[in-house]
This record gives sequence, C-alpha cells and structure tokens, in this order.
Amino acid sequence: MLYRETGQYKSSYAADQQIFPIAQDRYLFWAFMVFACVVPPLFGNDYLFQVILFPVMCLGLCALGLNILTGYAGQISLGTGGFMAIGAYSFFKITTSFPELNILVVFLLAGLISAIFGVLIGIPSLRIKGFYLAVTTLAAQFFVEWCINRIDWLSDYSPSSTIGAPPRELFGILVMGPDAPSWAKYLLMLGIVFVLTLCAKNLVRGRIGRSWMAIRDMDIAAELIGIRPLATKLSAFAIGSFYIGIGGAMYVMFYLENVDPEAFGIFVTSFPVLFMIMIGGLGSILGSYLGAAFIVLMPVFLRNFFPLLQIDIPSHVIQHVEYMLFGGLIIFFLIVEPAGLARLWQIVKEKLRQWPFPY
Amino acid sequence: MRLLKFLLSGFIGAAIIAPLGSVSYAEEDSLYVPLYTYRTGPFAANGVKVANGLNAYFEMITKRDGGIEGRKIIWEECEFGYRTDRGVECYERLKGKKPLVSNPFSTGLTYKLVPKARVDKIPLLTMGYGFSGAADGRWFPWVFNFPTTYWSQASAFIKYIGAEMGGMENLRDKKIGFIFLESGYGKEPIHLLEVLGEKFGYELKTWAVPMAQMQDQRSQWRKIARWKPDYMFMWGWGNMNATAISRASEFGFPMDKFIGVWWSGDEVDTRPAGLKAKGYRAATFHAPGDFSRLHKDILEYAYGGDIELAKEHDYGDVLWSRGVFNAMLIAEGLRNAIVEFGGTITGEEMRWGLEHINLTDERLEELGATGFGKPFKVTCADHEGSGPVLFQEWDGEKWVIVSDWIEPMKEVVRPMLEEAASKEAEKWNYEIRKDCS
Repeated sequence: MLYRETGQYKSSYAADQQIFPIAQDRYLFWAFMVFACVVPPLFGNDYLFQVILFPVMCLGLCALGLNILTGYAGQISLGTGGFMAIGAYSFFKITTSFPELNILVVFLLAGLISAIFGVLIGIPSLRIKGFYLAVTTLAAQFFVEWCINRIDWLSDYSPSSTIGAPPRELFGILVMGPDAPSWAKYLLMLGIVFVLTLCAKNLVRGRIGRSWMAIRDMDIAAELIGIRPLATKLSAFAIGSFYIGIGGAMYVMFYLENVDPEAFGIFVTSFPVLFMIMIGGLGSILGSYLGAAFIVLMPVFLRNFFPLLQIDIPSHVIQHVEYMLFGGLIIFFLIVEPAGLARLWQIVKEKLRQWPFPY
Repeated sequence: MRLLKFLLSGFIGAAIIAPLGSVSYAEEDSLYVPLYTYRTGPFAANGVKVANGLNAYFEMITKRDGGIEGRKIIWEECEFGYRTDRGVECYERLKGKKPLVSNPFSTGLTYKLVPKARVDKIPLLTMGYGFSGAADGRWFPWVFNFPTTYWSQASAFIKYIGAEMGGMENLRDKKIGFIFLESGYGKEPIHLLEVLGEKFGYELKTWAVPMAQMQDQRSQWRKIARWKPDYMFMWGWGNMNATAISRASEFGFPMDKFIGVWWSGDEVDTRPAGLKAKGYRAATFHAPGDFSRLHKDILEYAYGGDIELAKEHDYGDVLWSRGVFNAMLIAEGLRNAIVEFGGTITGEEMRWGLEHINLTDERLEELGATGFGKPFKVTCADHEGSGPVLFQEWDGEKWVIVSDWIEPMKEVVRPMLEEAASKEAEKWNYEIRKDCS
C-alpha cells in the first residue's frame, strides 16, 4: 500500500536510470542520510561512535572494496589486511612528512598507493583462478605484515613499529587525533564513505561494472564479446584496493588511532572482512555495510544483552557464547540465505510491495 | 523467512538500544576498577592466571579490610580476548562508571589507550609492558609502567650474563641470539640490545616468530642451532613460550643459556617440557611462590583457606603473582589518593596517587609482602621507577630465584627512554610538563 510505484512515470532516460527509481526508496534513503548526519553528532556518546559507528564505517568501506574485487569481479582475495595496512602506513608517512597537506588529499594518495600495490598483486590473476588466486593474495597479507614489522622507515623509526593519528585540521576544525571531537571525525568519515559509495554504485552499474560481472560469470564468454581480461581484472584489483586502502587508513586514523603491526593480523582484518561480504551479500553495495554492521554489532549486542536481562554471566562466558553463536549463524545463513543480508532486504521490499494483499 | 526477519530486526534494534540503557553508576564513595582480562583467545592460558591474581588480591583486601581506607572497591572483569576492538568496547562501555585506572595487559590495547588516557583523564597502568617511552612522565603524565620497562630489563639481561661470564669485558665477540614474537612488543628491545652490543662488542642476531608460526618455530631453531649462540634471549607470549622451550631442547640448545622475558617465565610455559626445561631462566620483578604473609592472607580470605581451590585458581604461580602484584600497586595508588584528597576520588587524583607511590621496605613489610617485590619510587618525571630485575630458574618442577636483584643500566637506558618519549610526544603535538623538576 505504502510502498508501491504505481503512478510514478518517468519522462527522461536520466530519471529512469537513477539509483533509486522508486520514489519511496529515494525518500527513505535521504531521510536516513539526514538522520545519520544529524542524530549521532547531536545525541551520540563515545560508546556509539567508538564501538559501533566508527568500526562499521571503516570496515564497511573495506568490505565494499573487497566486494568490488570478489563479489563483482569474482577474484577471491585474502589480502585485505595487507591493503589496509598499506593504506594506513601510507597515510601516516604522507601526513607526517607533509603536515600541511589537506587530509582529504592524503586519503586520496593513500588510496592510490594501495591501488598500485593492488595491481601488482593482481597480475597473477590473469593466469590463476579461484582458490589458487586466494593463496597468491594471501601472500600480500603476509608480505605486508613482514614489511611493516621490519622496515623501520615505515613507522618513522618507532621502536615498536607503531603508527598513530597526529592532530590534523580540516576547514579549521580539528578532525583527527585523540583530542578531536568524535562528531567531527564521524562527519568526515560519513562524507568520505558517502562519496566513495556513490562512486562505487555508479561504477558497478556502468560499463566497468558490467565488464567485471561478465568476467566473474564466465571469463571466456566475456573475452569473446570483446572484454579485455587484463584491463578488467586489474581495474578491479586497483579500485578494490583503493577502497580497502582508504578504509584501512580510516581504521587506524579515526578508529584505533595508535596501532602496532599486530592490528593488521589476518584474524582481525582479512577474515572478518571476508565474512562481512559473505554474510552481507556478494556483489552488493548495501550488503557490504550490512555485513560489517552484523559482524561488528553481534558481539556488542551479546555483551549488552545478558547484563540488560540482569543475568549475571561472567564476561568470558559471553565470549564463548559468541564463538558458538557466530559459527552457528554463519552456517545458518549459508543454508537459509546464501545470497546474504542484502538479499533478505530485497525480499522484504518485494513483500512490502504486495502488502497488505499478497497474491 | 518471517522468522529471519523478526530475528534480524530485533537483533539490530536491541544492539543499538542496549548500550544506551546499560549505563549505571557506581556507588558514591566506592572505588571503581575495571579489569580488562582475557580468558579466551590465543593468549588465554596466560590471561586466566593474571585475571585470577588480580581478582584474588581485591577479594582479599575487601574481605580483610573492607576495602581501602574503609572505601569499598568495586571491580569488574571485562573479557576482551586480547583483541583490541573488543578492548575498546570494554573501555568505552565501562567509562561511564568512572574508572580510576585502566589496566589492559595487552600491547595493542595499551597503544590504543596511551593517547586516550590524557583525553578521558583515566590513568593507564601498564606494569612492565606497553610503551617503554612512557617511563618519561614529563611527556606522558597519564601513563605508568613501573616497576620497570622492557629496555631496563634488556639491560639487566646483559648485566646478568656479563656477571655470569666473569665480567662485562668477556662479552666481547660473544654471540647473542634473540627470538621474539613478531609484533611491536617483541621487537621493542632490539634497538637497546644493538646499542649495548656496540658498547660491549657482542654480536646480536634476531629471529622473528610470526603469530601464525608460534607453535612451530622449527625453521628458526634450526638456524639458531647452526649459529650456536652463546646465549639466547626470548621475548615471547602465549603458546610461543612453551614451543620455543621444547624446540630448544629438541635442537639441543643448552637450557642454561636460554633466558626469557618476564612474560615467558610462567609454569604454563615450562611445564609441558617438564624436566627438559630444567635450567631455563626468566626475568621477573616479583618473587614467585607463596611464602609471604600476603599470600597467607589471600589463601585465607580469597579462597577461604581451601588450598585445593586456591591451586585451581593458580595460587602461587608466576603470572598469578603478577596479577596480585599489579592489584597491590593499584591499591597503593588508590590509598595515596584517598589519604591525600579524601572525598570522591577522580582520575586526576588517582594519577597523583600513582605518581606518589613509594614502595619502601617498611611499606612492603606493612603490606605483608616482604621479599615479594623490591622497593621502588615513582616520581613526576620517572614513571618507571627503574626497578631492578630478578632472575628465576625452572628446576623441573617449580621456579626458584637464582639471582640477586639486578639493577638496570640506568645511564644507558634513561636517555633512550627520554628520546623515545619525546619522539612519540612529537607525533601527538604534546607539550612537556613544566612542573616536574
């Protein structure tokens, strides 16, 4: 009844091809964006920012990068942590060497450096496919970890290879460093995430995205219809790594603020991000963020759920419950909805269109 | 599908609402101390013992004295599985309860909290771990790492083996190997060992053990066995320790030339190798065992005199003792703050309390901890206390103390600590404190 596009006529190609062709979707999206811009900065506490919003946005952006690479172009990658580290360390090196440089430019450069490494790691993908490619990208993860542990120059000769977020301003407002207010960091991150997501959405519905999907679905057929595998695969690696690099830079500069190389270990970066896109939905922009939200929020939920019910459980037992539940939920999702949370959202929308008279 | 939708909406909704509702404040004049612990995850075997020790001391002091200076202590464990993101969750969730000190027992979480401590005004106590440069209280007033740091410890290692070889001049042209967990923690002492290597003329070679290889280490030990170092030092944690000791014995490296950091010297590290680990030594800054009056009190009050129950909770083990020692120093800081300020203690007052810890022989005697630790004094500029280091040896069944208290080479270490501190402070645009003279 409410969610029906009856009567919405399009009179131009542009109107027909917009991201949200249904008006209700559009309104909902903009309402959500206004909500996201206004409510957390006004009413949010540190817990909301530090524990929920920051990690969801940073890891969501990384998941989006991996989704471009794995979900859209079909190139399995386990090197996410490596590219995150490249982005973060590049950001740190550039901003400490040129403190005056606008940090938006630094983000862009960090993403580009990550993209260059992405292309290098992506070269074998022309010959290697599937699981074998996953192993070569795994090399990226370990190689980068090895580098950041050993090349002291990368961390400005810090005795324990730590990098941190120095204080930086944007338009006269302190947006980075421990003294920066959370709302300022949040709004900047939201802006970056919004712009990059918009770009990604337009990329995947355009020529480049279609060629990625063609390569993913069947590379020989794609070649026969004139898609060059070299350019397509490498562009997926470059753009995916660009996103992951920026996500990694945000992860360190806004979320963790001061890290040692352990923060980029495979079990805290590459695997969780892969799970995010599996649970969120392969080949879906929305799914990347839904997956990130799910993985970040589930432990947060469990930790607050039991105390809220006044059940006195030691916190390490909750941790064990989390391990069990997490494993169980992954299996459950893979059986019930292999296409992920994004697909669930789609089903909800389809049901809504028929509501209240399903046929 | 309907079920799924229901679950999902409830799940996300509750996750967002729950933390907002769960903020509760501690009682007016009680002392709130959160304990960030890990009884799960890759370092659980060590984390459980530390957690038990921390709990035991607070339990004892609550039952015996009713708290500190008549104030009730409220302590709470928050499990984070050695994962920094979970630790951040704990920190932010418990921040509303006005914690007086953070006590992370993890390198990753320590680094995250170093800049945070100053902003949130919650002092950070990283007892013998974390960021060595924080020893310079002029740059890092909110961070404490007494009684001693990794760099002081590494210098004590060199001093100790120098004495064992009959003089520091005998270190010339000796070969010293260093095996470490590949992380910020593991590589931290390398720089100091290199500096001392130039000074005393020994050759240093290092072997990194990545997280993924913690339980293998064959390739490292094969190379070590070929190089035949005169001494091996180890900076390990978790499963890495026990594996290194087994590999050392497997590749025929003499145990009496193998010395571990204070995080590599617990029963859990040596027991798997049992008699083969005999002769392995490790540093510590407090004595192992259950000899003192303090231990008797803990046995009586925390465990109700039940030695079986106590043993189940790692009573007397090295890392358990470390937890106790840590809790004892927190209590000292709290006591100083209460005696000085009275009223509701704030983070700032607790910081003052920690900064004025003066653990003398008399004070140790009062605490019933004679022989448990060595006197040290924290000052405004010196947050390390430059405490001395003790060496303990595994005799096949238990740890026994085999050395006197070895003083670190303060003249070498202190300038390096100050340099590291000022460099790190530069990153954050900190200003040096003027009120420390």
